[in-house]
Amino acid sequence: MNSLAELKVGEALKEIQLEPVDRITLIKYAGASGDYNPIHTIDEEAKKAGLPGIIAHGMWTMGSLAKLFTDFYEEGFIQDYTIRFKGMVFLNDVVTLQAELAEENDNILRFHVRAINQNGNEVIKGDVLYQRYAS
Amino acid sequence: MFKEHIGKQSNKVKNMVERGAVKKFAESIGDLHPIFIDEETGKNSRYNRNIAPPTFPRVFDYGTIEGLNLPNKGLIHGEQTYQYQRPLFVGEEITCHSVIKNYFEKKGTQGEMGFLVLESNGEDEMGMMVFTSTQTVIITEAVRKVLIG
Repeated sequence: MNSLAELKVGEALKEIQLEPVDRITLIKYAGASGDYNPIHTIDEEAKKAGLPGIIAHGMWTMGSLAKLFTDFYEEGFIQDYTIRFKGMVFLNDVVTLQAELAEENDNILRFHVRAINQNGNEVIKGDVLYQRYAS
Repeated sequence: MFKEHIGKQSNKVKNMVERGAVKKFAESIGDLHPIFIDEETGKNSRYNRNIAPPTFPRVFDYGTIEGLNLPNKGLIHGEQTYQYQRPLFVGEEITCHSVIKNYFEKKGTQGEMGFLVLESNGEDEMGMMVFTSTQTVIITEAVRKVLIG
């Protein structure tokens, strides 16, 4: 799809399935974001915190989810992006990103967005308000 | 425990939306789109320059809120929002600061949890607000015990 104008309420953007989460990705995100909380990169620290292993930064998942909209920045932008962190993303999890157009009011498009893991459980969910530029 | 800190603000800090940092960030979230990193694409876009991904403000320095000493371990990120007036431009300077908006406690399945609501803002060189972000940090009972110590 080249334009969001073709999308109707109730329809979804093409979902994206990510590669299995690997350690190097989380190390890169730690470096790029400055979030060096060791539960995301160091096994012993994750275990000490009571986790079975390292977990992805919630903000990594939120950042990834936004890419469903990256192709559409010529016709609008993300005005509002709200996420609730629901579950943890572990190493080797396969995360799928989804967005469904819930509402359309003039130039404001409200999407329900979520990321689910390989078991179909929501790891993050929320809303994106996308504002279309007046043509 | 943090109630007395509500309303406290950090000092303002100038941040650059630095080209290399945007590229590294875009790569780390698997979103190396030309609108973020390719100069030519940026120039030919409606923005006349590259823009940054919406969660990029995670990178910025928001200054220090005096008296707020959060541990870097044992915190749970509950919610996060970003509100934008327009996208962030690569190469611009953004002045950032944070405010403690709220703190409350709730009894949950894992004991008494603390909820800290932090608001962070970024203004452009004209003093116009570009974005506001809000994060809710959950402080578990175990961590609260250590903090009260």
